[in-house]
Amino acid sequence: MPADKIFVLFHTIHDALKMEKALKKVGVPYELVPIPRNLSSDCGMCIRLDGDRETVKPGLGIVDIAGCYSFDGEEYKEIDLKNG
Amino acid sequence: MIYLDNAATSFPKPAQTLEHLNDFLTNVGGNPGRSGHTLSLEAARVVFEAREKLTAFIGMKQSERLIFTQNGTESLNLALLGLLNEKDHVVTTSMEHNSVMRPLEFLTHERGISYTAVPCSPEGFFDAGALRASLRRNTRAVIINHGSNVTGAVQSLEGVKDSMGHVLLIVDACQTMGSIPVDMEGLKIDILCFSGHKSLFGIQGVGALYVREGIELTPLKFGGTGSKSESLAHPMFLPDRYECGTPNTPGIASLLGGLTFIEKEGLSAIVDRKQALRRRLVDGLRAMEGVIVYGHEGCPAATHLAIVAFNLKGRLPSEVGYELNKRAMYVRIGLHCAPVAHQTIGTFPGGSLRASPGYFTKEDDIEAFIGAVREIAGR
Repeated sequence: MPADKIFVLFHTIHDALKMEKALKKVGVPYELVPIPRNLSSDCGMCIRLDGDRETVKPGLGIVDIAGCYSFDGEEYKEIDLKNG
Repeated sequence: MIYLDNAATSFPKPAQTLEHLNDFLTNVGGNPGRSGHTLSLEAARVVFEAREKLTAFIGMKQSERLIFTQNGTESLNLALLGLLNEKDHVVTTSMEHNSVMRPLEFLTHERGISYTAVPCSPEGFFDAGALRASLRRNTRAVIINHGSNVTGAVQSLEGVKDSMGHVLLIVDACQTMGSIPVDMEGLKIDILCFSGHKSLFGIQGVGALYVREGIELTPLKFGGTGSKSESLAHPMFLPDRYECGTPNTPGIASLLGGLTFIEKEGLSAIVDRKQALRRRLVDGLRAMEGVIVYGHEGCPAATHLAIVAFNLKGRLPSEVGYELNKRAMYVRIGLHCAPVAHQTIGTFPGGSLRASPGYFTKEDDIEAFIGAVREIAGR
C-alpha cells in the first residue's frame, strides 16, 4: 500500500515559500504543486509531502497554514494541526 | 564623466545588480505567484528571497510585513494615506521631501487631518523637545526624514519613539538605506519607507516599506494577487493585502543583486568609503572663496550622508550646474523636491547645487570636481 500524501495549503505563495524554506532547512522532501480542485477553488500552489503529519512540523509556528489534508489515494481528510 | 547625483539614483550599479536583472529576464521571466508552472514559481522565489533578505537587512523578522512598492514615494503614500483619517494629527519636521509634504497637504484638504512641521535648525536637525511639545491628544503619527536629500543631515532617532507613547513613528529612510545602518527594531520604528534605486543599488521602479505587527493600513490599490481568486473581496493577509497587480519583478531581482553586493562589501566598508568622499568634498568646497556649504559643520561622521548642498555666492545654481554639465560633471540643481528643507536652510526659492558621490566615485573625481567649481567660481 502506498504511503499517504499530505497537502498543505496557504493563503499566499509567500507562506508556501516560507514553508519550502523550512522544509529545505531540515531536508524533508516536498513538492510544490497546484492546489487540488476538490480542496479549494483557489488557483494557487500548495505543498505535497510524503508520509504523515510529522512532515509538516518544520513549518508549524512560523508559517500561517490555511489547511492541511491527508490523501490515501482515494479521499482527502482534513488534519487539525492545532488539536491532535 | 563624473556622476555626483547618487542621491537621486545611484549610478553605476554593481555587477551583481546587472547579473540578477539579466538572469531574471533571460532565464526566469515568469509572473510571480500567478500560475503553477516552473517559471512563475521561480519568479515568486526571487521575490521571496529579496523580501527575506531585505527584512533581515533592517533587523526585522516577519518578511510578509515587508511590502514591495514602485518607489519610496509610493511607500510613503501607502503609509500616510493608508493610516490617516479625519481629525488625525501628524507631527513632521521642516526637512521633509514632497513625498511626505504633498500627501500631508492632500490629506489636510481632502480628509480633514492636520499637521505640525517642527522647525529644524539651519543645519537641518530637529529638536526632540520641540517634537515632543508638538504632540497632541489626537496625534496619530510622527513622520521623520531619516537623512536629508538636501543637506545629508542624519536625524538622531534614538529614544524618539520612547517619548511618543502610542503615537506611531514613521520614518522616510530613502537616503539612509544602504548608506548607513538602519535598525528598525532597535529604533522602534513602526513603519519604515524607502526606495530601492538609491544606495540599495536596485534599478529604478522598486521601493518597499515594512509595517510593524499590529498596524493595519487601507491599501492604495485593489486587484489581482494570484491568491483567493474566487473571492471578489480583496485579501486581508500579507503581503497580498498591499501588493496587487504584476510587480516589478525585474526590479526586485536587481534589488536582490544590490543587497548581495552590500552584503559582500560590508555596510561598514560602504559607510567608511562614502564618509571619506564626503569629507574630501566638503573640505575642498569649504576651502574655496565664495562657496557656501550648507550644514556639514565640523564634518562630524555619522551625522551626515555624502550629500552636499552648496552655492557659489552671487551665482545662480542653474548657471553653475550648466557649466558643470558642459564639463560632463553631473549634479542636481534647484529645490530637490524639498522646498520646506530649502526654506529651513535659507535657500528658498533659489535652491542650491547638490553633489552626492556614491560608493563607486573615485577620489580623483572629487578632486576634478572641486577644480571645476574653482574654475567656474573664478570667472
